[in-house]
Amino acid sequence: MLNMTDIMETITMIQEENLDIRTITMGISLLDCCDGDIDRSCEKVYDKILRYAKDLVRTGSEIESKYGIPIINKRIAVTPVAMLAGASGGDPVKYALTLERAAKEVGVNFIGGFSALVHKGFSPGDREVIEAIPRALSATELVCASVNVGSTKSGINMDAVRTMGRVIRETAELTAANQCIGAAKLVVFCNAPEDNPFMAGAFHGPGEPDCVINVGVSGPGVVRSALKKAGPDCDLTQVADIIKRTAFKITRMGQLVGSEASKRLGVPFGIVDLSLAPTPAIGDSVAHILEEIGLEQCGAHGSTAALALLNDAVKKGGVMASSNVGGLSGAFIPVSEDAGMIDAARSGALSIEKLEAMTAVCSVGLDMIVIPGDTPAEIISAIIADEAAIGMINSKTTAVRLIPAIGKSEGEELEFGGLLGKGTVMKINRKSPAGLINRGGRIPAPLQSLKN
Amino acid sequence: MRAVITVIGKDMVGILAKVSTTCADANANIIEVTQSVLQEFFAMVMLIDMEKMNCELDELRERLRAKLPDMQIHVMHEDIFNSMHRI
Repeated sequence: MLNMTDIMETITMIQEENLDIRTITMGISLLDCCDGDIDRSCEKVYDKILRYAKDLVRTGSEIESKYGIPIINKRIAVTPVAMLAGASGGDPVKYALTLERAAKEVGVNFIGGFSALVHKGFSPGDREVIEAIPRALSATELVCASVNVGSTKSGINMDAVRTMGRVIRETAELTAANQCIGAAKLVVFCNAPEDNPFMAGAFHGPGEPDCVINVGVSGPGVVRSALKKAGPDCDLTQVADIIKRTAFKITRMGQLVGSEASKRLGVPFGIVDLSLAPTPAIGDSVAHILEEIGLEQCGAHGSTAALALLNDAVKKGGVMASSNVGGLSGAFIPVSEDAGMIDAARSGALSIEKLEAMTAVCSVGLDMIVIPGDTPAEIISAIIADEAAIGMINSKTTAVRLIPAIGKSEGEELEFGGLLGKGTVMKINRKSPAGLINRGGRIPAPLQSLKN
Repeated sequence: MRAVITVIGKDMVGILAKVSTTCADANANIIEVTQSVLQEFFAMVMLIDMEKMNCELDELRERLRAKLPDMQIHVMHEDIFNSMHRI
């Protein structure tokens, strides 16, 4: 029999500690929509998305009501558009507009997959899609783009890294009138996962089934409050235990919602992504967990150690709670989307260099960081290269989502609103990396032994 | 198929009566009730069988909220608690 304490614990988590299912993401393969004619191809894409996802939003709301747990986003991830563009030719922006139209029709919050996988080189369609990203993201609201520029098995494609510095700038410039929002929908990856349900980096990998449901859970507030209840006297072994136990409970909820959605929609259940995803809401911050562990402010020395503990304990707790775990799975540290991070960046406690160190021990990377509007493309490329190198060497996913705040300089702010939050323009190191970036070529794949 | 109703708020006369009447109207059988009053704070957890209910869970929740507008009311399928607290 259920006991009152357990019931009240669940309700408090949802009511007061912002526990929610962050997203139900339906992955849809578009490989069978390829056609030599781009208009015909777009038509097939639109029809297939509508056919598979027409009940997604309604099903999400039904589950929400049955269990009383908020499901914040319903999303779609599709096959990287570069694969379709390679077959059809034509202007890839047409695909972006098609995805936008389909997403609006089925009522989802975002659609991801305006993507290209170029970690070893460019195949037909890849360059066209990458060059079209700025126009695609400025012409649409719901479409998200991502580019994988490196992997542990193949090294880093530095030609793609160089291009992406420029593409990020152009995307921000084209959406400058709208808080440079385009750049917030563009992620550059190393070791991109094929089943990630979180935006902006979600796409449906070529190794995935025709259609699949992936779920992303959230709950930084629950972890923080569990630590707060335990008080400052428990040692770090106990802290790790508390986090594990909490992560287990959070993930069970994701597993329940995912399997229910998969049953109702008649689509196989893919994975639960065990991420702690913050929102700008008070009490929903990963930075505040680190502060609860014992830092005056996130960004202080010790942040990397605390984050490593948190990230590992979340995985250990979550893995047992779900039959299949995947995606990004770890603690996210998106600066503009986390109330504690926003404060730390504003007060100067948190620097890009410290964030980079933190990304070596957590998912995902330098995420939602606002940089000065006059940052040269090669510095953006160099930041991407550094982050990709961390991912490549450590066999983990890393990502870069930088927003050049066009027309603004250090200390000023961009306000995205909603889950994307707001960000202070952070200080960057202006020494030029142009020589490195302009060499191009490929950084060879690293050795997998002699690990030191 | 069972659901859990929780009611939390300031104590007053007739809370349990209103909740159970609403359940009876919806043809939901009450299986178990736990309630306590601490100082002026009322907390109740009720387990109901929804097998023969004549309305949706959503509607039951709305009716309860309409009858007890000052209380915090949740109506949730029991599976969420089972999956979270049982291995």
